[in-house]
Amino acid sequence: MTYTILHRLALGLVTMWVVSPLVFASTEILPGDVAESILGKEAPAEVVAAMRERLGLDRPAYVRYWDWLSGLLVGDLGVSLASGREITELISDRLWNTVRLAAITAVISVPLAVILGLVSAMKAGTLLDRTISIGTLCVISVPEFFMAALLVFVFAVQLRWLPAMPILRPDQSFLSSMWSLALPILTLTFAVLAHMTLMTRNAVINVLSSAYIEMALLKGVPNYRIILFHAFPNALSPIINVIALNLAYLVAGVVIVETAFSYPGLARLMVDAVATRDIPLVQACGMIFSVTYVMLNLFADILSIVSNPRLRLSQ
Amino acid sequence: MSDLLKVEDLWVEGRPPGGKYTPIVKGVSFSIKPGEVLALIGESGSGKSTISLAMMGYARPGCRISKGKVLLNGEDVLALDLKGRRDIRGSKIAYVAQSAAAAFNPSMKINRQVTEAPILHGIMQENVAVEHAVELYRRLDLPDPESIGGRYPHQVSGGQLQRLMVAMALSCTPELLVLDEPTTALDVTTQIEVLKAFKDIIRRENTAAIYVTHDLAVVAQVADHIVVLYDGEMMEQGSTDEIVNRPSHEYTKILMSAIRQPPKGEGTHSDSSTATSIEEAISAAPLLQVSDVTAAYGQVTILRDIDMRVGNRETVGIIGESGCGKSTMAQVISGLLPPVSGDVSLDGNSLPGRVKGRNRDQLKRVQIVFQMADVALNPRQKIGKILGRPLKFYHDMDQARCKERVGELLELVELPRAFAQRYPGELSGGQKQRVNLARALAAEPDVILCDEVTSALDTVVAASVIKLLEDLQEKLGVSYVFISHDLSTVAAFANRIVVLYAGRVVEQGPTTSVLSPPYHPYTKLLLSSVPELRQGWLEDVMETQEARSGIAQDVKMSAVGCPFFDRCPVSIGGVCDTQAPPKRNVAQKHEIICHRQIDELLSEQEMAVGAAAR
Amino acid sequence: MTTNMSGPTETTASSGESDGKIKDSNLRLTTTAWIAILILVFWVGVAVFAPFLAPYGEGDMVSMESFKVVEESSFLGTDYLGRDVLSRIIYGARMTLGLALIATILSFSTGIVLGFVAAISRGWVDQILSRSVDAIMAFPSIMLALIIIGGVGTSLPVVIFTVAMIDATRVFRLSRARALALDASVMEYVNVAEARGEGVTWIMLQEILPNTIVPLAAEFGIRYTFAILFISSLSFLGLGVQPPGADWGVMVKENLQGLLYGAPAALLPAACITTVSVAVNLLVDWFLHRSSTTIPGELME
Repeated sequence: MTYTILHRLALGLVTMWVVSPLVFASTEILPGDVAESILGKEAPAEVVAAMRERLGLDRPAYVRYWDWLSGLLVGDLGVSLASGREITELISDRLWNTVRLAAITAVISVPLAVILGLVSAMKAGTLLDRTISIGTLCVISVPEFFMAALLVFVFAVQLRWLPAMPILRPDQSFLSSMWSLALPILTLTFAVLAHMTLMTRNAVINVLSSAYIEMALLKGVPNYRIILFHAFPNALSPIINVIALNLAYLVAGVVIVETAFSYPGLARLMVDAVATRDIPLVQACGMIFSVTYVMLNLFADILSIVSNPRLRLSQ
Repeated sequence: MSDLLKVEDLWVEGRPPGGKYTPIVKGVSFSIKPGEVLALIGESGSGKSTISLAMMGYARPGCRISKGKVLLNGEDVLALDLKGRRDIRGSKIAYVAQSAAAAFNPSMKINRQVTEAPILHGIMQENVAVEHAVELYRRLDLPDPESIGGRYPHQVSGGQLQRLMVAMALSCTPELLVLDEPTTALDVTTQIEVLKAFKDIIRRENTAAIYVTHDLAVVAQVADHIVVLYDGEMMEQGSTDEIVNRPSHEYTKILMSAIRQPPKGEGTHSDSSTATSIEEAISAAPLLQVSDVTAAYGQVTILRDIDMRVGNRETVGIIGESGCGKSTMAQVISGLLPPVSGDVSLDGNSLPGRVKGRNRDQLKRVQIVFQMADVALNPRQKIGKILGRPLKFYHDMDQARCKERVGELLELVELPRAFAQRYPGELSGGQKQRVNLARALAAEPDVILCDEVTSALDTVVAASVIKLLEDLQEKLGVSYVFISHDLSTVAAFANRIVVLYAGRVVEQGPTTSVLSPPYHPYTKLLLSSVPELRQGWLEDVMETQEARSGIAQDVKMSAVGCPFFDRCPVSIGGVCDTQAPPKRNVAQKHEIICHRQIDELLSEQEMAVGAAAR
Repeated sequence: MTTNMSGPTETTASSGESDGKIKDSNLRLTTTAWIAILILVFWVGVAVFAPFLAPYGEGDMVSMESFKVVEESSFLGTDYLGRDVLSRIIYGARMTLGLALIATILSFSTGIVLGFVAAISRGWVDQILSRSVDAIMAFPSIMLALIIIGGVGTSLPVVIFTVAMIDATRVFRLSRARALALDASVMEYVNVAEARGEGVTWIMLQEILPNTIVPLAAEFGIRYTFAILFISSLSFLGLGVQPPGADWGVMVKENLQGLLYGAPAALLPAACITTVSVAVNLLVDWFLHRSSTTIPGELME
């Protein structure tokens, strides 16, 4: 098992290393020059050249990549072009806000999705299952920004139950910050819940259709024991995968939700950076998100190895 | 004695997804006394498994029990509620499934699964249940009975898992055991040990059993009574002796006539005239010659140093157990898997190892037919197109000529011409296999490689396909390389036999010469493992030496010595495991690869025959 | 005693081969599938005939007032600039559905061809293609889009190319896996064709494609909704279609502030996107899950 896990870890590190030049290259090699984009197309050539020199753009790409990467490794993310401030400084608060939003969503949606998926699978083919299935299918089809707009319209504008825009103050209590974050959390929860429910349902149905479940029935094992001891351990590995996949999907979800609610998170910072073409900032944010994503997938891989005796006991 | 189980007018209905319910079991009645073994025999679709599950009040998804009674000690199982059914399942009636690999939960240790039922039904405390399980493992001849239960299912072999499932079924000492094709997925040499274990333990525990199978020879060994089923209806029932020796119903007779018996071991060495004439034909010029071929998938060597030749109008049977590399032979000859070393030649001209390297004429002359008729035909192409393609590809036929020829080909394989308009999904298994054959014939080949072409078919259908192959050879003069794990089919059909073990040829020669009597210890084991349609065969065969020492061993691929070393009853320690065995000529064109002298093997043979006769 | 019961006649028993029937018989459309098809036909019609259906041009200012409903002239109201919401939704259908279609077709043609090529040729071709796809898929898709657009700047071709590339990686994986599954001796007819000496083109077009068409068609639906959602999400972020172009995502973004004053102008285009993607998803769901459940009934009691 140790070997398999180490193998996966190594693979994950390689992936992260592969990601870095891609992040760097996609913003560097493509046409259009940062200096030009800062100064505008009409800027005189010598001004652009001076700008290039100031930004170090006159050096070859691989040298700049190396500087950037070695900076990344020691936590130096560079300087924002738009504001001239240290990126590390810009990011820290924002990162915390995003993590908080994502973490609360995860805590709510994961258990809910697993329960709904299990119930739906257990009642496969019944009205309840059809309702859950169609419901989740519809929710999947709804773009996050529509969900955001709809929730704001209903709960903030029409019913006036919840605040439309989150207002965060450092001295807020946990409950009051939850209160002001309610709508963004609800939106994100919907976004990941549906996928997770549907995939959990399919994973459990797959397990429940197998011959060893039939065998357990024919041994006279009661249903609750079949679910708990025969089905669940085998469904665990696919469910873990589903959860990790969807938590990674949260990364995409926060981009929309933070924009829709003008939430001061990392994703909105990145969207703004893209709009102003603040390339070092885009690179830094892109790297953080991608590494998180890779690590979540890696984590799921390792967990599913641990939960599967066939994989666990090989070598 | 009163009946333990009495089934009265049982009806079960099934439906395809989204379709209507139609009867699949139609008014079946039978009864079993305590300690009696009843066999349900029938081909696929006869409803035998469905009936066996109904004994526990269970119907698979898409099925429902619509009518009838299943009385266990006078109590109707079908009338019980879920709780009531749960109480008798596992404790009074226990089930053994066809595939133990699928029926064992992969993430639970074996002991937990075996002891689950007795603990759950309140029959035993956990420690008692574990002790009982270990005792059962011991009685079932499982290796390491003390520790095997601590493993996960994927850590033991298929034959062992099958026996472990019997232990699981017997854990509560049930009154009735339901065995659903428990040996079908096993190799013959494994099948006999499992059969033996079943039989012993059933006798010992005095458990009644329902044994579901399609194999009459297996039934003859274990059953007291037989019920013959066809399409959900009972055709005939009676004692094993009556059904096997004096069948009265037409269908039973057909089933019996489809069974091919392996040649008896006590034959003489006289070469028949047909064999010698073919011998001459081969020595003149072999049509297909495989010389010194070694083949591998990646790093894993599957075949080692294979030599083989096929003459004109000849059928060469390749026989061996699963994993011996027999299908790889077909892949190598057809060019799908280029050999690592060695050569395949046709009419003395060497063939390029890879399909891509062969020219159209070379490709045309060697055709391959696969085992699974279902997946060898493209479901999106009509039969006309499937058969028309090789005609266009090899013979550049125009549309009209092609259409005519497709009709002829269909007639050749005894199918109506109108089938050209059908899709493979509209054909039965046997019909599909005929289309597969017709496609190979379309190329007008010299050699057809038949890879387990009858293995997936019911006995009766398989027999008709073999008959067709024989007729075609008569008519067209084509040669076959017939690959199979079923020795009796090969023995009845092939002119010559090549015996493979762990990727090597251990013996080859004319069929009669190889099998009557068998020389090589492995051939002997294989031959003696084929169930005979005779009561008492199992006991006789367990008496013989090779069966006893050959069981419970895994096949090991080895680069040095003789691969059969650790299963061989006459192996010579220090020689067989370290040195490559020499080729010995028994007669002309009959060679065995063994360290033992021919005479030694022959006397072994006589001893064994003597033992069996005693 | 041997009891003899009535049974099949000798002929049926000796052949032993009952006539098989086509198992694929339940291609019957369910109600939900019908509704889905109707919705899709409706939107295709709207997109195709947009200029004839829309009462105003997509950029026409019809009123001086924002977010105002005028019963006779613009019954869905005006947007934040006083443009007719109905007309912009009709033109938006064209833009959103059209862009997504182009992106999906692009991603499919490249994804399928590269996927099949990788599966058939194996070796280093497969290695290079698969590893590149893995690398691309190591990014959350929206991040990749943000990074590319951040580097290149936004324009319609860039948006289409980005979405197509991200989609193509998924299509590549699926078609490669499907082709490999067919090849790995599970589907022996591919081996038969290979042994016959057929070329790559024949195997791809005649043997593999017809048998992968069902999952690929379903995948096309899934990818199409993904493209619609993705493009409108980018527009919503201000990085996709640029104003004054009418795109459903842009319309949501533009009119989001209006929500706070109770004007539903932002909800309407969002609802349109939802109807399309719900319809496609329902159709795909029907397409893929026509068979009934295989769970033992007793487990549900």
